[in-house]
Amino acid sequence: MGWYVGRRLIEILPVFFGVLLVVFAISHLTPGDPVLIALGEHATPAAVEKVRAELQLNDPLPVQFVKYLGRVLQGDLGRSIQNSERVTVLLAKRFPATIELTLGAMLIASVVGVLTGVVAATRQHSWFDGLSMFVALFGFSMPIFWLGIMLILLFAWYLGWFPISGRLDYTLELTRVTNLYLLDSILSGNWAALGNALRHLVLPAVTLSSVPLAIIARMTRSSLLEVLRQDYVRTARAKGVAEQRVVSRHALKNAFIPVVTVIGLNVGSLLGGAILTETIFAWPGVGRLVVDSIFARDYPIVQGAVLVIAILFVLINLLVDLSYAYLDPRIRYG
Amino acid sequence: MDEQALAIPSVPAARAPSGYYTDAWRRLRRNRWAVLGMAVVGVFAVLAAGAPLLNLPDPITQDLNGRLLSPSRLHWLGTDDLGRDLLSRIIYGGRTSLTVGIVSVSIALAIGTLLGLVGGYYSGWAESVTMRLMDVMLAFPATLLAIFIVGIRGPGLNNAMLAIGVINIPIFARIVRGSVLRARQEDYVEAARALGASQVRIIGRHILPNTLAPVIVQTTLGVGSAVLEAAGLSFLGLGAQAPTPEWGAMLTNTREYLRDAPWAATFPGIAILLTVVGCNLLGDGLRDALDPRLRQ
Repeated sequence: MGWYVGRRLIEILPVFFGVLLVVFAISHLTPGDPVLIALGEHATPAAVEKVRAELQLNDPLPVQFVKYLGRVLQGDLGRSIQNSERVTVLLAKRFPATIELTLGAMLIASVVGVLTGVVAATRQHSWFDGLSMFVALFGFSMPIFWLGIMLILLFAWYLGWFPISGRLDYTLELTRVTNLYLLDSILSGNWAALGNALRHLVLPAVTLSSVPLAIIARMTRSSLLEVLRQDYVRTARAKGVAEQRVVSRHALKNAFIPVVTVIGLNVGSLLGGAILTETIFAWPGVGRLVVDSIFARDYPIVQGAVLVIAILFVLINLLVDLSYAYLDPRIRYG
Repeated sequence: MDEQALAIPSVPAARAPSGYYTDAWRRLRRNRWAVLGMAVVGVFAVLAAGAPLLNLPDPITQDLNGRLLSPSRLHWLGTDDLGRDLLSRIIYGGRTSLTVGIVSVSIALAIGTLLGLVGGYYSGWAESVTMRLMDVMLAFPATLLAIFIVGIRGPGLNNAMLAIGVINIPIFARIVRGSVLRARQEDYVEAARALGASQVRIIGRHILPNTLAPVIVQTTLGVGSAVLEAAGLSFLGLGAQAPTPEWGAMLTNTREYLRDAPWAATFPGIAILLTVVGCNLLGDGLRDALDPRLRQ
């Protein structure tokens, strides 16, 4: 397993390089002068020259890329054009909110998706099977921003069960250590804040979970149905093993291999989907920062956020690959 | 006895010899869900294409005296915050959304197919460079990459179509490459090569037609997801710009008057949902029809 992990880590280095290259290349697709666009047409030549020098735009492109590479390797993603704050600092402030939202959504999607898939597979052709797969079809065809709006309408406006936006009521005090509000409220024993933060998280997390939930449910169902047709499952049944035990002990572990992959791949996609969800629910995460920075033409922030999310996405995919190898030894010895 | 013997061969003779696509079409027509998907997409496409003939209220002209009217005989789906008829905006919005879907998938289809053919048929540096580039593009969450491209290029429909096209290129490239790799090993390709056919002819006449089935399926599914991506970009203000009617853009400000006019937020979303469901049902049906082995 150690050899396999080492090989995969080496294989990932060119991907990192490629990600950096793509981010750099796209950043230079700006039509016109990016500095003039960022500062506005009325900027003084001195101000334009200052920002141009700061962003090192006077060098030839290959030199700019090498310098960019060097800065990124040192953890320097540049500074915001608007307020000169370090992009890494801005991202560090916003990431906990996105992580909390993404993990919440993934938890809902995994638990509900796997349970739905298992029940649908073990009761194939039942009304539950038909209904759940029909709902799943709608789940991954649905625009999540629209689902968010509908959930706000029903559960926030009409029923008043959940707040419309934000992470915590302004009236509540919370000692912030990690900026993950759920964790911070548990660490400080602030149960009122915990309940409030949870209520704020429910609607955005459910919204963001809709697509992966649908995919996980369908994948669990088809994977489990496939395994349930295998000879060793038939043998277990022939030996008189109870059906519940056949599913839980013999079928589920093997059926989980593709499900784990899908769960892992969707954690990464959620980071993209979070941009829309954060916009609907005014959730102060990286997604909103990206959108706000696009409209403020603060390109260093956009570039930095996209790079960090893409690298996280690659790392999550690596973890999925490794867990896949752990679950199925044929892969690491193959 | 003689009559019977004569009658038997006449049965297959009565049915015209059918080809691969005729069989697939027959299988597709028998699939209820696929037919439903085709009908839904067809209805939206016909409405979008024929919108100017329907005598609908102008989708752009504002009527500030008729703001946020609930559905009625005059305005079947109500009006929006600027008094524009929602039904008209949804039908005209379909023109924008479906155009974005079709154009962006066409961009991905053209470039992705070319790269997939190169990556699959030629081994060596061309294959390595092409497929590693595709791997790197797949290393980005698709929505994020699209937002990044539009964010840098500037908001607008053209850039949104370009961005959605770009994020779909690796998907087509991989599908085509997989099919080409399989087709390359087939005897008929070997035979064509042995007969001295040029590489262009082998690719164009023998390999490309064999990659069509998965490409057709992905194109159908891709249009659905492109409509969804475009709506997302427009919702964020990065795609269609006011006053152009587009389904995602129609939802942008609805949160502000959600309680007073829920219909303004509901109907454009239903239009997106139905179109995407339709494309997905049709795509799944096509997959079953074109490759019956996958039905299980």
